[in-house]
Amino acid sequence: MKTETAPAVPQVRREVRPTAGKKSAGLLGGVSHLMLVLWTILTVTPIVYTFLNSFKTNTEIFGDSPLALPRQWGWGAWGRAWETSRIGEYLVNTVIVVAFSTFFTMLLGSMAAYVLSRYDFRGNRLIYTLFVAGLSIPPFLALSALYKVVDNVGLLGTHTGVVLVYVAYSLPFTVFFLAAFFKTLPTTVAEAAMMDGCGHARTFFQIMLPMARPGLISITIFNVIGQWNQYLLPIALLPGDKQDKWLITQGIANISTSAGYEADWAGLFAALSMAIIPILIVYVIFQRQIQTGLTAGVGK
Amino acid sequence: MRRGRLTPGAVRKWGFIVSFLAVPLAIYIIFFVSPNLQALQLALTNSRGISPDFQYVGLENFTRLFGDDVFWAAVRHHGLILLVMPLVTIAIALFFAFLLNLGGGQKNGQLSGVWGSSFYKVVFFFPQVLAVVIVGVLFQAVLNPQKSGILNSVLGWFGVDPVGWLIKPDLALWTIIGVMVWQGVGFYVVLFSAGMAGVPKEIFEAAALDGANRLTLFFKITLPLVWNTVQVGWVYLGIAAFDAFALVQVLSIDRGGPDNATTVLPLEIFRQTFTYYRFGYASAMGVALVFLVLTFAALTLRVTRRERIEY
Repeated sequence: MKTETAPAVPQVRREVRPTAGKKSAGLLGGVSHLMLVLWTILTVTPIVYTFLNSFKTNTEIFGDSPLALPRQWGWGAWGRAWETSRIGEYLVNTVIVVAFSTFFTMLLGSMAAYVLSRYDFRGNRLIYTLFVAGLSIPPFLALSALYKVVDNVGLLGTHTGVVLVYVAYSLPFTVFFLAAFFKTLPTTVAEAAMMDGCGHARTFFQIMLPMARPGLISITIFNVIGQWNQYLLPIALLPGDKQDKWLITQGIANISTSAGYEADWAGLFAALSMAIIPILIVYVIFQRQIQTGLTAGVGK
Repeated sequence: MRRGRLTPGAVRKWGFIVSFLAVPLAIYIIFFVSPNLQALQLALTNSRGISPDFQYVGLENFTRLFGDDVFWAAVRHHGLILLVMPLVTIAIALFFAFLLNLGGGQKNGQLSGVWGSSFYKVVFFFPQVLAVVIVGVLFQAVLNPQKSGILNSVLGWFGVDPVGWLIKPDLALWTIIGVMVWQGVGFYVVLFSAGMAGVPKEIFEAAALDGANRLTLFFKITLPLVWNTVQVGWVYLGIAAFDAFALVQVLSIDRGGPDNATTVLPLEIFRQTFTYYRFGYASAMGVALVFLVLTFAALTLRVTRRERIEY
């Protein structure tokens, strides 16, 4: 009995299931495509309107049809924003700070990670734990104390102070990630180099660093984006009277408050566009690396 | 004996270790470890500003904190954000990740994502690279309470009267949560997509061949297989729920308003530090925040550990 009925069951299955599947697939397919398109619109609209509003007049922006296209396309607001909002200056400041802080984060972070992952010595575990413990501490605990420390060493309101603090705050994750990465690399190449008389430091810079390239790229991207978008530390460490030192996030926040007083809304949107466009360009070019770089942190 | 250990090789090795660790460790200790330790000390003082004169007041800051309505409002807000934001973000992200990786149905017996999936991934992820400050200013225009607000203008087509998204105290925090979801979804779509790509496609294809429809495919097969990634995402979003500083500061009315309806602990810490210069009190608040974050992390770890035993 059993041997006779058994083959019959799959046959029935094969006839019924696919049609049911197709029907629901058609409906689900339609709904799901609609959802994807909706979310695309949700994502893109605020950004597109920032660009469009930078070409409008105040009456157009606050009129009855805010979704209409600008009546005249002029770069007036862009010129005003460039001159009065100092957005160019903030961009240059941010490029300088992030270039230095990311470079030193990567250099010092990979040095520490390499020694901690590859050398056995007394205190290794303690130092590693000290670095990794920093991952679970939110930056707000030390806000007052950090302000005091940076003031005590005379670096308040300087880019040097910001760079040093960025490096310190980026080290826990960088060391954690790179130490794990160095551990996955084979030991034989480095050992062979040492046998041939290559020193410790030279082995690191000429052999291990090139081998660690994929990990280094991911964490560099992670740090560049994190430090570029940092807001708390600049507003804490670069006070209001040092406006010539300000970074882009701080400048944007300030422009949004002052636009209310000056009622130059198109100027605000133009300034905002200037802050978004460089990121958009970099993102479009490097989107694959950026996606892997940013998600690499969570994957571990 | 001891001298014997100091061979030239050992000296070189120790010199190398010290020279590589000294600078990173020094910067880390001066600008990260020491401020955090000093914060624990400051929390027990009445320190105001950078003045070196202050007295130890024991746990006075903490007793004051527990009687502070704004503190409790902020804690409640973190609770709501923690309950809603990770769940909604993960649900939407899982849905999209599934569609983009496996939702396209079978083509020649192979499962694929819906048409245009790489385009969607690129677009959805973009808000993640924008600074939270920029997102905040963008949404000021989107959520403008007048008819000229972009969202209100769209709702107007359907006959909905303008909504005061950030003005109504009951609504403002939900609006902030909505913006957090808006920014976060794309990141988790990409993260979960990576998780789904890591699962052998044969498993999905075998199930699809057996006639499993997409709902079964999602709930019975995909979700259990990427559950680890979902848990990691939950921890990250949970920690983000204790931040929200930049968004609330830039987007909300009166920085945490209306009437403290959206305030969060980091914002109060910032205010106590840089508006009132109450460094001692701000540090006590910081200690409370760390306590909350670590409690959340410990609870999550415990729950996930228990689940691991069950499996």
